[in-house]
Amino acid sequence: MSTTESPANGIGPVESAPVYGVDNPAPLIEAPRRRTKKTPRSTRGNFEMAAWLFMRLSGVVLVVLVLGHLLIQLVLDGGVSKIGFAFVAGRWASPFWQVWDLLMLWLAMLHGANGLRTVINDYAERATSRLWLKGLLYTATVFTILLGSLVIFTFDPNIR
Amino acid sequence: MPAGTLYRGREGMWSWVAHRVTGVLIFFFLFVHVLDTALVRVSPEDYDKVVATYKTPVVALLEYGLVAAILFHALNGLRVIAVDFWSKGPRYQKQMLWTVVGVWVLLMLGAIYPVLGHAARVLFGS
Repeated sequence: MSTTESPANGIGPVESAPVYGVDNPAPLIEAPRRRTKKTPRSTRGNFEMAAWLFMRLSGVVLVVLVLGHLLIQLVLDGGVSKIGFAFVAGRWASPFWQVWDLLMLWLAMLHGANGLRTVINDYAERATSRLWLKGLLYTATVFTILLGSLVIFTFDPNIR
Repeated sequence: MPAGTLYRGREGMWSWVAHRVTGVLIFFFLFVHVLDTALVRVSPEDYDKVVATYKTPVVALLEYGLVAAILFHALNGLRVIAVDFWSKGPRYQKQMLWTVVGVWVLLMLGAIYPVLGHAARVLFGS
């Protein structure tokens, strides 16, 4: 590249006279995101901030709910060997454990779904793959939350 | 490698990688776990049959791995919150990571007997 470009292409040699002047005005470049009359006052919502905050708030609650769940299911009273239909029926007889499990289901599923949404946004580079992966993710998430809630609400200890 | 990402190495990056990997693993387990628990609406026998496989030594080892993933994700998640909300959090992020790793090692040692004891009794007799 030479250092003697003519002023016409807009690139002048360093430390020389200004390329543009009164007789040769610089071309007007439109702002990349120009506000027009149709532009809403805020061009972005607060969804990503809300999602960020939700991850932290639900995370703190989940630490208590999930570690308590692991302690009960895997450590106390013989660990995993005690778990069976009778054990589930005994715990869900109490509204306290129903609410515990329901809250844990909803928070963990939404926390995990938002985490995977972030992962998809980071690694799926094509718009169509992002669309399909997120569609699959949201379908599976809604299905699992509804199924789990239905099981907790309609649980019948005398099913037989 | 996706464009526009910046991998800087060391504690910050590797804890982020581990947080991501453990999070995805836990989420996939959660789907399976809700489905197996849903069997209580089918019949007590079907539920007990599936839970019986959870008591085998191989799955007990997987459960130990699940506990490892959950404990790291929980402890490092608290560290992330401290980095975001505590004014001195970013300055002490490395020290906090090594605290997380230390507490994690202690809890994993403590979980050996409760989680793997049953499998050891099945394998080697009580």
